[in-house]
This record gives sequence, structure tokens and C-alpha cells, in this order.
Amino acid sequence: MADGTAFASDALLDYDEALAKYEPVLGFEVHVELSTRTKMFSAAPNPAAADSGSVEPNTMVAPVDMGLPGSLPVVNAQAVRYSISLGLALGCSIAETCRFARKNYFYPDLGKNYQISQYDEPIAFDGSVEVELEDGTTWTVPIERAHMEEDAGKLTHVGGATGRIQGADWSLVDYNRAGVPLVEIVTKPIVGAGAAAPQLAKAYVATIRDIVRSLGISEARMERGNLRCDANVSLRPRGRERFGTRTETKNVNSLRSVERAVRYEIRRQAAILEAGGTIVQETRHWHEDTGTTSAGRPKSDADDYRYFPEPDLLPIQPSAELIAELRAALPETPTQFRRRLQADYGFTESEFRDLVNANLLVELEETVGKGAAPAQARKWWLGEILRIANSRGVEAGTLVSPLHVSELIALVENGDLTDRLARQVLEGVVAGEGSPEEVVKARGLAVVSDDTALTAAIDEALAAQPDVLQKIRDGKVQAAGAVIGAVMKAMRGQADAARVRELVLERAAR
Amino acid sequence: MAAERELVRWSAARLAEALAAGEVSSVEATQAHLDRIGDVDADVHAYLHVAGDDALVRAAEIDRQRADGTAPGPLAGVPIAIKDVLCTSDMPSTAGSRILEGWIPPYDATPVARLRAAGLIPLGKTNMDEFAMGSSTEHSAYGPSRNPWDLTRIPGGSGGGSAAAVAAFEAPVALGSDTGGSIRQPAAVTGTVGVKPTYGGVSRFGAIALASSLDQVGPVSRSVLDAALIHDVIGGHDPNDATSLDERWPSFADAAREGAASGSLAGLKVGVVHQLDGSGFQAGVRQRFGEALKRMAEAGADIVEVQAPHFEYALAAYYLILPAEASSNLAKYDAVRFGLRVDPGGSTVEQVTALSREAGFGPEVKRRIILGTYALSAGYYDAYYGSAQQVRTLVQRDFDACFTQADVLVSPSAPTTAFRLGEKIDDPLAMYLNDITTIPANLAGVPGLGMPIGLAPEDGLPVGLQVMAPLREDARLYRVGATLEAILEREWGGPLLAQAPALGSAASRSDRIRTTPGTAPAPGYGTEPDGGTL
Amino acid sequence: MTDAPEPVVITAADVQHLAGLARIALTPEEIEHLAGELTQIVDSVAKVREVATPDVPATSHPVPLVNVLRPDVPGAVLTQQQVLSGAPDASDGRFRVPAILGEEQ
Repeated sequence: MADGTAFASDALLDYDEALAKYEPVLGFEVHVELSTRTKMFSAAPNPAAADSGSVEPNTMVAPVDMGLPGSLPVVNAQAVRYSISLGLALGCSIAETCRFARKNYFYPDLGKNYQISQYDEPIAFDGSVEVELEDGTTWTVPIERAHMEEDAGKLTHVGGATGRIQGADWSLVDYNRAGVPLVEIVTKPIVGAGAAAPQLAKAYVATIRDIVRSLGISEARMERGNLRCDANVSLRPRGRERFGTRTETKNVNSLRSVERAVRYEIRRQAAILEAGGTIVQETRHWHEDTGTTSAGRPKSDADDYRYFPEPDLLPIQPSAELIAELRAALPETPTQFRRRLQADYGFTESEFRDLVNANLLVELEETVGKGAAPAQARKWWLGEILRIANSRGVEAGTLVSPLHVSELIALVENGDLTDRLARQVLEGVVAGEGSPEEVVKARGLAVVSDDTALTAAIDEALAAQPDVLQKIRDGKVQAAGAVIGAVMKAMRGQADAARVRELVLERAAR
Repeated sequence: MAAERELVRWSAARLAEALAAGEVSSVEATQAHLDRIGDVDADVHAYLHVAGDDALVRAAEIDRQRADGTAPGPLAGVPIAIKDVLCTSDMPSTAGSRILEGWIPPYDATPVARLRAAGLIPLGKTNMDEFAMGSSTEHSAYGPSRNPWDLTRIPGGSGGGSAAAVAAFEAPVALGSDTGGSIRQPAAVTGTVGVKPTYGGVSRFGAIALASSLDQVGPVSRSVLDAALIHDVIGGHDPNDATSLDERWPSFADAAREGAASGSLAGLKVGVVHQLDGSGFQAGVRQRFGEALKRMAEAGADIVEVQAPHFEYALAAYYLILPAEASSNLAKYDAVRFGLRVDPGGSTVEQVTALSREAGFGPEVKRRIILGTYALSAGYYDAYYGSAQQVRTLVQRDFDACFTQADVLVSPSAPTTAFRLGEKIDDPLAMYLNDITTIPANLAGVPGLGMPIGLAPEDGLPVGLQVMAPLREDARLYRVGATLEAILEREWGGPLLAQAPALGSAASRSDRIRTTPGTAPAPGYGTEPDGGTL
Repeated sequence: MTDAPEPVVITAADVQHLAGLARIALTPEEIEHLAGELTQIVDSVAKVREVATPDVPATSHPVPLVNVLRPDVPGAVLTQQQVLSGAPDASDGRFRVPAILGEEQ
């Protein structure tokens, strides 16, 4: 990155050394974009909804989303239901009464120059989430609160050298995202993870992602910003009670980054403390490309947000019946889900662990749900799909949908594709060429199961190798391999080798 | 021309009857008002924008519908003026501010949309104090409106434009908005009628917000019945405003007709709020108020004194809550999406926003934004904004207690008659005191009606009475108001506004600009120097 | 809370700070003038503290309603042209603003 030098000079302490001297204390603010059909406070369509494709800027905007004079917000009932469900899934108490508040600050992506959020009366509070690390140990992460709010618009910075905000000549504002319903989940300080802190961070965010997915309340695609994480990190010398000064690292938008960013901050802060320095309470920005954080704005008076109760909206008082209904409809927790899948699919512990670590359980279950055999589903997700994902540095789950994977598996099972062809089809699906069926058609990749075409190719191959039939008849069945190879080559791989073999043996038997 | 001059003096109710009977067309009625505006508005300056030909086109359409039998309602074809605080998709909507100069919203406010659906003809947009902050229209970025009774005096505010338009016969009816008295106080000083409905009774959607928990849109007119007719059109639930009340309202026009015809005062308990009874008010205001009480008593009302001890704190609470909410509501004017942008070049967006707000807001708006920012800022919230919200509870409790002893509450609508332009402009605290009687109703959300009760003997200027009812009991105001109006107009021999001086081409210059107070004979009872309440 | 509140003085520096929060580029004369006026106004409105005892709940809405919600059904949106109709500056279907001093929020 062009301005990477600005913060490439961060001194870092060796991780093990840092952990030997300091206890990391973590905290997270995770923003979840809800996938309701409409926005939090307007009837404009929600770009974070399931079926929302890419659209022109400023075409999903109602008056209140851009703060037009005279416009008023009205709360989306479904967003409230989703928020309560999420609160319950986080083990939170649901407030008997809660309300919205205005958070006042000027920023061009904020149409009203205040964000409608919740302040002293969030809808859900005091919960906990069970999180399982890669080694199978579990942690309980305490949840402070989950509150409802609205997303801001999107800025594009134009000009300057980097395309970033610094040095830009001007910025462009699109309010399509403004007003997308958000739930912000805030943890209490997480103490005691020690060296496992980065892993715990990743596992926590993954768990939140799995929870909102299983609830069906968010698309939860981190790469699309449906799920965004701010990670607070502080260090305290081992044996000391008082927390150290914390930094808040923003823009941490993949599971891998969460782990890396926490590890980086631990090492950076430890180096400063070791050198006798003090940590500045500040916002830091995570840079995916360099794997570093850079200093942002120090916390200051400018953070006087002048919260006050939103006068345009009224308190929300969820009824006991509603809460009971939503509680009854809660899906199993991620831990319960894992235990059930392992039991149902009969995987060994290590087979299963691989899936957990690759964060592919949900994909696996959905693929099986669409009709694929568990072993096949596992093979494809952990094999070819994960390989492509790793080579591109993205999450496997973002490459292809479970439905398409199950369709691909079905094509192989039916003999329409060989494994080799199926991998080519997968490439096409990943490249966005459509469903497996569509890629097969477009690329002309189907296995040739027409015996006439195969017979013609076999005739040609036998003509070139006239002694083969006799060798087979003499019991040297392996001689068929040469003909099969020739036929497959002639058919450019689009033949079912097993069928070719059958036909060759039939011919020899005549 | 003479006939047209006559036409503009008709009430909306009478005009509606004549339109229905085919005695007059909407084009004629609209043209008459446009002519009147052309004749007098250079002096009165009630309008910031006049619809002109657009209004005539719409009127012609209504006339066609009337001929086809498809006219949308009883008021179809009646012209109306709209306060510039309401968004109109075909006219600039500036809220009296430079920062919104020329801004045409992409939508209509709900009350405006309902007027259009009922076939009323918007004549134009009326002047107001910038963002409705003021009691005189002197804080309008486009110059003040003038009181048709005396062009050297203020027409009240913030809705002085709507009140002046109606009082000067430039519109039969108008829309206003009332955050702390902006409908009722201008009504008082112009001799007109204005109603602040129950909070939530009329949608705020499309009303450019001043203070969200206090703002309410309402009718401005020359008669109680006309106000009721407009209230019936604009009121009712609107899903676009979460604070809109979802309930069935009775016909306010029926209530007004019933009140005028059969009387509603017999046996009615009328509470005089001790804390608003007028001590310290202008003598002529107190006198007319006392006389109005007597007329009500003569009509059978039971006048009782009631106590509202916390009204004393209402003004202070109001001047914390309003600026706090306004400071947030007015943050949207940042030179990004609409409105004035001052860009000296080479500046950051932060600087451009700050310079645009500096140039686009007037002194009163800046004063209140800074005050509101202070009241909400860290460390002061509990002491100021929090305490003010507690006072609001106490004021509501006072109302509750008063309404156990009285069916309606009454007070003078304003402490004085119209003061002179420029008289209080440099003294914000003195200006704030103009709303002392009207503010409690906004804090509690209860409905209030302002209506004329005579002219003050000392200056010949109108005096207003405020009637307040419990939440959702707006119909009671119309019933009581119409009864009292009928009694007073019988005594006066017609509406009070019949005594207003001529304007425009009908008046000589010297008639129009009155410089000596008290030159006009004051109608009414005029003998008691101090009308004392009881 | 029933004690008479301390008299408050709002200084020019206070006004400068508040103007920053409210993002208004006040002139030095305006700041001086406002400091005096606000001191007066705050002094007079501070009387709310006399009766705001802890047992009194706060009222933020004049008419108490709860659970006013909207069904999750898409409704009308503005066209891009309507959205941009009042824009001081726009390009590529978006609002155009001068360089932002701050940083990503």
C-alpha cells in the first residue's frame, strides 16, 4: 500500500514474550446488518436483504434515509423481532421497555448528521455466548448488550494517490446503505484467554456469524460488510488488577483478520510498554494488505455525542408473548449444532474438526439438506472448494452456494460428469458463469453417454491398436486401458471411462 | 372588482357552499385571492411564494370535476395558504431560512397532500420566523410580515405570514404550525382563529422539524368553523409519523356547528388558570379577557379558578427542550444533500459545512442551536435537558389536576397586543415571554384554540383568548369556541376583522400606516379599566 | 436539587467549543455576543432544577404511546434524480463533497 510507510515502523514484541509478561484483555463490538426486506426506519428496500443484487447509487433511498427536511423515521417491526431473537440467542435479557436515542455527530455519510441508535436502554443486555476454539476447548464470552441502530451511507474517495480518505480531492456519497438495520453486539471485557486471545477473537466472531446465520436474520457475509468487527485490545502486566489503556481497531472484516489484528495489537502494545511508553486511547485502522494497524483519531471531546431520547420515535415494549414465541423458535446453538452434525453424519473427530476449522459446517449442512451425501459434501468443500478459496485468500463459503455444490455432486452421481469435469464445472460456477447445469451447457462439458459416439471412438482406437481385443480375450484385461485412454483423449475427457471400459470388454466378448 | 373584493371576505364555509351551488367558480375565487395578494401583499408581505397560474390551473381542474360531479369533497375549490414550514412538491419550501432558499422538496407533507386530495387550492407559501423560531416573523430571512391592523406592527410568529394572509383577506384559510404558540399567538395579535391540535392529531410528516416533541400542524382561519373544516381535512392517523395518533376523530366541523347553533356553555366548567390569569399583562388584554369570562358566565358557564403551580417553570423547560431538539433537527443542513453551500475553494467538507451554516442561519437560529448543544452536552444533560423533561411531567400533572376541576381551561392567548416591528428584536428573553401562555399546552400535548375577543382600548389592536382542552378533546374547543364566537359576533354586529383598516388600493397611504396607537375606536365594553378575572 | 443552582457563566471559549460541535463558523464578534446572551438565558432557564427532584420521572413524549411499528413491506423510494435534485454538487449518481478532513468512521 502506498502510504504503508506511515506505520510500518511499529515496533513489535515477540508474541510469546508479550504473553509471558502481559495479560491481554479483549472486547468486541460486532455490527450485524439485518436482512429485513426494508430498512430500519423507512420502507426503502434493504440492500443487505438476501435477494438484493448490486444497484445504482442512491436508488434505494426514502426521504428519511438521506435526512430530507420534514422526513420522519418509523421502526421496522421485523427488525425488532430479529433483534429480540438475536438477543435471546446471545442469552440476553430482553428489556421490558427500551427506546431509541440520537447520537449526534457530523459526517457526510450520515444524512441527518445524527445516528438513530440506542443508548442507555438497549433492547437486549447481560448475556453470554459459548465459543469453541480450534483445539476443542470452550470459552464463555460475556455479552454487555445488543442494541438496534441504523447503518450509514457509503463514501467513495476520489483523487489523491491512494483512493483512501487521506489525500483525496473529493468524496462521493451514496445513501443506499443509509438506514440498513444494524444490531451492535458489545461484549464485556474478556479476561484470561492468554495466548489463545487471537484464536478466541476469531472463534467469537465466527460464532456470532453462525448464530445470525442460523437465525436467518443476516446474510452475515463479512466480505460484504454484513458483519463488521471492532476489536478492543488492552494489556495489563500479569498479576495486576487494573485494566490497561485500550485501543479500538476498526475495519476488521474477515475472520482471519480478527485473529491477526488482535495478535498484532498485543505485540505492538507490548513493545511500547516494554520500552516504557504509554498506550494512547485511540481508534486504529486494520490494513488487510499489510497485516498492520495504523493510528486513527485519539478519543477526545469531539466524542461528545449529545445523546438524547429520539423524539420522533416511541418506546418499544416487547410483550412476554412475543418474547416467548421468539424464544421457542430459536434454532440450536452453534455448539449444539456441531454436536448434532457430528452424530448425524458419522464423521470421525478429525474429519469433523477439519470442517469446523474451515468454518464450513453451515455450508455442509445446507449442501446435505439439498440432497448430497455427507461424505461427498465434505469431500468437495474441504477439497477443491477450500483449495480455490485458500489460493485466493477468501472464505470458502463465499465462493459457491451449497445449492450449487449439491447440484454438482448430483451430476457426478448421475454419471453426467466425471470428477475431472466436475472440477472444471466448479471453476465456471465460481467464476460466476451460473449454476452447474448452466456451466455444463455453456462450456459443453457433459460426459458423452451416447453409445453411438463412444462406439465410433472405440472403433477408431481399436483400428489403431488391432491386437488389443485378442489380448483381452487372452485374459490380459488391463490391455483395455490403452484403448480407454485413447478414447478419453479423443473425447477430450468428456466420456465416462467406466462406460468405455464396459463397451470395450463387450466387444472383446463377442 | 367590487364583487371580487367581496369574495375574498367570505369564509371558507360560505365559499364552499357557493362553489357547490355553482354560484361561483374556483377559478373566480382563486383569481380574486390572487388579485388581493397582488393588491396588498407588497405592504403585508404574508407570502414568500405565490402559486399564481399553477393555482388557477388547479382551480380550473376542480371546476371541471365539479361540472362532472367528481369534485373530491365539500371544500374542493377553496383556496388556502400554506406556511413555508410544510413541504410542497411544486413550490419552494424554505422554512423562512436562507439555507433552504429555492429548495423544492421531492414530496408533499401529509397535511398538504390531504389538502390537495380534498381539492383545496394552494395559493402559495407564507412567511415565518426562520425554522419557526420567533414570535414576530422578524427572524424570517426574507424580511418580516406586517400586521394588517397596523403595518408598523408585528403579525406574531412564527406563523405571522399565515395569520396576516388570513387577516388581510389574502386567503380564507391557511395552515400553520405551533411549537410553543406559533399558531395561537399570531391569531391573537391579528384577530384571527388558530388551533394547535392534540399532539399527534395531525401528521408531522413533511413539516420541517423545529422541536419534534412539541411541533404540531394546525389550521388558521377567520372563524372557528373554518378552522374545524380544515382540521377535519388534515387530521387523522398517518403511518409515516410514528407519533401520529391512530384513532377515529369526531367531525370538528360538526362540533363547531353544534356549538354555534345550540350553545355549549351552559353548565360548562371553565377553568381560569391562576398562573396565566394575566397579572402583568397589558391592561387592555386583561380587560377583554375578563369581559370574555363574563360573557361565558352569562351563557351559563361555571367559571372556576384552578392552580397549575409548575406552569411557572414551563417557559424555562421549553427553552431547554426546544433548542436541544432543534440543535439536532437542524444538523441536516450541512451543504451536502440540499440547501446553501458556501465553498471558498480548497476547503474541507468540515469547513464548507461550518461556513454554509454560518452564512445560511440567522442569529436566532444560531443562538438556539448553540443553547441546545450546550443543554445536551456531556456534563450538563442531567442539569438542563433532563430537568426540563422532568418539568414536563410536572406540567402534565398540573393539567391533569386542572382538568379534574374544569372541562376547558382559558387564558389570554398572548400577554400583549401586537408590538412594533423592531421593538423586541434585540432582546431574546423579552421575545421569549410572548409565548408564556401558549407553551404549557405544547409541553403537555393538549390542544389549544386561539380566537379574537375584542380590541384593546388603549391601542385598538386585537386581543385573543386561548381555550385548552384535555388530550384528544379537540372537539370541545370547537364547540366552546363557536359558541363564544357567536355571542361576541352578535354583540359586535359581525366579525372583528370587519373593523380592520382597509389595505392596498382601497386605502390611502395614511390609512395603511398608522403611527399613533389608540386612534381606532375600540369595540367591546370598554369601560372597565381592569377586567380582572373574577 | 432544591438548592439554588450555582450561577453559570458561559465564556467565549465555551461558545467556540459548542460552535465546533454544532459546526457553525461563528465570527469572533458573534462568539463574544453569544457568550453574554447565553449566560443570561441559561441563568433564567436553570430554574428548572428547582423542581426537578429525583422522584419526578422525565417525559420525552407528550402523548404516551409504545410499540408504534411498521410492517416490513417495501414502499415508495425516491428516484436517483429526486434524491439528487437539491444537491449543491453531484457526479456519477452521487453527492459530491469536498475532501474530508477526518477519517473513515
